[in-house]
Amino acid sequence: MDNSSIIEIEDLVKRFPMGRGEFTALNGIDLTLRTGEFSGLIGPSGSGKTTLLNIIGSLDTPSSGLVTVLGKPIAELNAKEAARLRKESLGFIFQSYNLLAVHTVYENVEFPLLLLGLSSPERKKMVMDALEWVGLTDKMKSKPPQLSGGECQRVAVARAMVKRPSLVLADEPTANLDAANSHNILKTMENLNRELKTTFLFATHDDKVINYLHRRIFLIDGRIDKDEIVTN
Amino acid sequence: MKLAIKLAFRNLIGAGLRTWLNVIVLSFSFIVIIWMKGIITGWDHQAKVDMTNWQIGEGQYWQKNYDPYDPFTINESHAPVPVGFLDEIEKGEMEPVLIAQGSIYPQGRLQSIMIKGINPGQKLFLLPVHKLDTVIPDAIPSVIGSVMARNLSLDTGDRVMIQWRDTNGTFDAAEIYITEIFSANVPEVDQGQIYISLDKLRSMLNLEGEATILTYKNSEIPWPEVDGWIHKTKKDLTKSVDDLIKVKSAGTSILYFILILLAMLAIFDTQVLSIFRRQKEIGTYIALGYTRREVVGLFTVEGTMHSVLAALLSAAYGLPFLVWQAKAGWTMPLDTSEFGMAIAQTLYPVYSAGLVIVTILIIMTTTAIVSYWPSRKIAKMNPTEALRGRIQ
Repeated sequence: MDNSSIIEIEDLVKRFPMGRGEFTALNGIDLTLRTGEFSGLIGPSGSGKTTLLNIIGSLDTPSSGLVTVLGKPIAELNAKEAARLRKESLGFIFQSYNLLAVHTVYENVEFPLLLLGLSSPERKKMVMDALEWVGLTDKMKSKPPQLSGGECQRVAVARAMVKRPSLVLADEPTANLDAANSHNILKTMENLNRELKTTFLFATHDDKVINYLHRRIFLIDGRIDKDEIVTN
Repeated sequence: MKLAIKLAFRNLIGAGLRTWLNVIVLSFSFIVIIWMKGIITGWDHQAKVDMTNWQIGEGQYWQKNYDPYDPFTINESHAPVPVGFLDEIEKGEMEPVLIAQGSIYPQGRLQSIMIKGINPGQKLFLLPVHKLDTVIPDAIPSVIGSVMARNLSLDTGDRVMIQWRDTNGTFDAAEIYITEIFSANVPEVDQGQIYISLDKLRSMLNLEGEATILTYKNSEIPWPEVDGWIHKTKKDLTKSVDDLIKVKSAGTSILYFILILLAMLAIFDTQVLSIFRRQKEIGTYIALGYTRREVVGLFTVEGTMHSVLAALLSAAYGLPFLVWQAKAGWTMPLDTSEFGMAIAQTLYPVYSAGLVIVTILIIMTTTAIVSYWPSRKIAKMNPTEALRGRIQ
């Protein structure tokens, strides 16, 4: 982990319209994440962790405050610039995998590289590397409906990691997995964090995940309640 | 665009049966539209060729009083052949036909007919009038068409009485002898027509050297305007066919519209369903780096690609069918001789590159519009809601 910050958040507020009024999902968040961190937003449902992850991932915008990801102020990015940030620098892992069902494992992992416009040999090498990281080289011709939940999430990890992004955002990545598969996935991500220096930010309330985190940021009702560094 | 095409192709192939059902319906529309257009073009072509060969040549001069739709003027519609055309007639470049109104009495009944005098040695028409060049005792050799023969219960070798009025208005009658019965696809040369030798009719009417119609066989010669005669080009003479084809084309357009509508409904339905069913996928595309506008493009390309696949499928099974039809033709289920228009019993479709290209372009453009229409909804989607697959 180096000292350069990858995410800087100052006084972030996010409100959603609700009936005739508004619901405040995030209220006065201040947070800095450094490159190479393996950290997580922890909190119960409705605490605002997914909303914060979406804003950091430029899928949503703040109501007020400043969110800078890789030096880019999220609120000031237009649709094209936000898409470029996601395409080039961010990886996403979702609770329900969000794999493209009609594509094979290979094609799913290849997808972010197609968006980057890489050549076929480059893509092939990078996809094979990513599948090797998650131990799925023998399943590359299978389609997601033919895989188990653990295998699907490993494909999702490979897809998030294949382009070597600076930041991976993982929203409840183990929620649909049993204990063995959860540990397997987390171990894989921890290894990638160590070897590739990729920054990971989780949103979770799963103890299995929490135990792996090096930094734990607790959210309650849209505010940071506690921010602790875990030292082994 | 290249990426959208690649992804759209993967998505379509991956969707399996749903894609192929749409593609099959669309390809069926392609084939039916091209085939029906081909039949209409083939009919147009056949009608004009048959009219040229049997009736109008490459153009005609009509004596100024001649009106084929007014039988009362027929007996006044004759004039000496213009001197300037005598050479052309001698060379076989032009054929005079003299027409008189008359009556025929088959089995004691009376029916109006047109008696046409034509040179038995002519080579301009396919009419087998060389059979007139014979001597039959006490009868005039004559040729009639098969519809006329059937209607009057006449056969080759039959004798029947005809009556006419000569130039002085005097009624006269004689027996004709049927030397030949011909079949033609042009009703105007068959129904109610009796062909006898031109010289014979001229002497019967006392109209030596006169004619009603002059038909020429070469349109490249600059045919002059002649006083007392109306020049009719081939285009003028085939106007009725053109008008009929226009009406027929408009009628079949309704069928094309219904076919395309059915295919487009299937595509539209698939697109609408896709946008609801594939919300997570749409959210994922956006999370991975697509803009919403690019996702709209992807879905539009995906819908449009149905028509590309349909064109390829049509080429696979439709091409052999269309080629076979062009050779074997399509035989009309009813007897076309009673239709009252120039139509063959078997029609041979004629296809052109233009017809195929225009049909493909129309279907592709319509598919693109139908695919884009529901896809616009994606542009308004909230990606975070889409990622969770929530209906918006």
